[in-house]
Amino acid sequence: MRIAIIDTSTTRAAIISDGLRAAGLDDLILIDPTGPLVAQIEAATPEVVLINLENPSRDLLEDFFAMSRALARPIAMFVDQSDTEATFAAIDAGVSAYVVDGLSQQRIKPVLDLAVRRFHAFSSLQRELDDAKHALAERAAIDKAKAIVMKRRGIDEPAAYALLRGQAMRSNRRIAEIAEAIITSEALMGDME
Amino acid sequence: MTGERFRIGFLPLVDAALPILAHELGFAAREGLAIELVRDMTWATVRDRLLYGHTDAAHMIAPLAIATTLGRDRPAVPLAVPFVLGLNGNAVTFSAALAAEVGLTDALGDPQQIGAALKQIALARLAAGKPLRFGVVHRYSSHNYMLRYWLAGVGIRPDQDVEIVVTSPPFAADALAAGEVDGICVGEPWNSIAVERGVGHIALATAQIWRRGVEKVLAMREAVLDDRRSEVEALVRALHAAAAHFVAPGAAEASAEILARSEYLDAPRDAILRAITDRIRLTPGGEPIHYPDFMFQYREAANFPWRSQAAWLYSQMVRWDYMAFDAVGAAAASNVFRPEVYRAALAGSGAPLPGASSKLEGGLDEPIGAGSTQGRLTLGSDRFFDGRAFDPDDIEAYLAELP
Repeated sequence: MRIAIIDTSTTRAAIISDGLRAAGLDDLILIDPTGPLVAQIEAATPEVVLINLENPSRDLLEDFFAMSRALARPIAMFVDQSDTEATFAAIDAGVSAYVVDGLSQQRIKPVLDLAVRRFHAFSSLQRELDDAKHALAERAAIDKAKAIVMKRRGIDEPAAYALLRGQAMRSNRRIAEIAEAIITSEALMGDME
Repeated sequence: MTGERFRIGFLPLVDAALPILAHELGFAAREGLAIELVRDMTWATVRDRLLYGHTDAAHMIAPLAIATTLGRDRPAVPLAVPFVLGLNGNAVTFSAALAAEVGLTDALGDPQQIGAALKQIALARLAAGKPLRFGVVHRYSSHNYMLRYWLAGVGIRPDQDVEIVVTSPPFAADALAAGEVDGICVGEPWNSIAVERGVGHIALATAQIWRRGVEKVLAMREAVLDDRRSEVEALVRALHAAAAHFVAPGAAEASAEILARSEYLDAPRDAILRAITDRIRLTPGGEPIHYPDFMFQYREAANFPWRSQAAWLYSQMVRWDYMAFDAVGAAAASNVFRPEVYRAALAGSGAPLPGASSKLEGGLDEPIGAGSTQGRLTLGSDRFFDGRAFDPDDIEAYLAELP
């Protein structure tokens, strides 16, 4: 079964194709999102097309599928609704699928389930990455605020940190927020000595 | 509280204004509703979110609501339209090269004359093996049907003499700039953005093709309408109040300001303001001209979902999908529009309520009083550019007469 993958994120496309390949579905075509979409699909003659829900080319793609009804193997607009649950899961995960007419539910479902799992995996990866970036940024802000307090008060690092933490606890805010406030006030009033 | 929440999908277009303003300016809150707006980039995604419950209602191109109900290209899901979000507001924009060839001036031209000039060029390009190509926003869009109605009316066969492809509104100007298309038919502000970038000249307002053409609608699954009937009626009232505000003198600037924001249209405020106030800049660097009723959001009970409007769209679906006319399909299409919900929602308000649910489309040359069950209703000229009128009770005869 030949599967074409269209994704604005090349990383996610790679994650999905790895997953499909691991499941023994290795007839895969990765569509280049910067190239001509319709020409690539036409050349690939896929039986299943997986595309991210928010891909800006979906209207164009659906128009092509509608026109392709004249072709030998027309592509249906969407996974058959007889398996509503799978379709809901796919939409929730952010993937839409198109399949050639006549392809059986039993053959489509594993592909769709796998795509859904991989989309979720990508999302949690993305989330972890965002969290990590966020944590790094907070760390940097706290270090900067500590340096400001150390210089202003002439105290050492543990004392500066204790001061930040104490203020955070008293005002029921996060240390990172206190740090941001210190950095902002330093930027505005740092030259007022 | 959750029962009173409506998540509404939309595309970044000026005619998404009413749900946005209903949310921003408190018209929804006044009806006890909370609107959450969900922005997307393609109609396919707006439709899928609606069908699979990510949204409760959507700003939608009217023919797509009908195509979805009829199961064109995908399993059928019945949709309901209790409110029309506006009439017209789109334009046909040519690339700079095509504009020069056709001889566009800095005034809006006559559809017949421009069409005659375009036909010569289209046939020459066809003979040279490089047919003219036009971009429309969706296969099932009023843009596609308006453009095709005009082309066919001036003797250009849309599927033989030229090519019509789909391009998303936010990418239409890029497609013109890259020479992928010679013309586009899209909603505002995307024509104006093409003009501002110097890559396009506006040739026609779609209001010149059909003076009162139905455009975006508020669509929802029929099941949602049935389950949440009283809340939907409250939503209709909120949108109607937003429409009254939208056209009120002095409101345009603030509306444009809101719509321009990154979470809504993310587009230049001035281009949006010009569309709202019916002033359009046709050529790069030119002075905006005033074309009354370029967008039509409120007067003449513009938000009333006339079944005859849905029937006209069905007639064009039959025409351009090369289907056989089918009385059952025609009835199903007309029934997507739900005038009785609109009437129930606005009964007892000052809003004019038409007595009929269907009318002859394109039959009026000048404003005329129309029968109403509440308020005074005047309908303005609703002519098609070729002078034909559409009788929703005799779609077959109408189709037989069309070129």
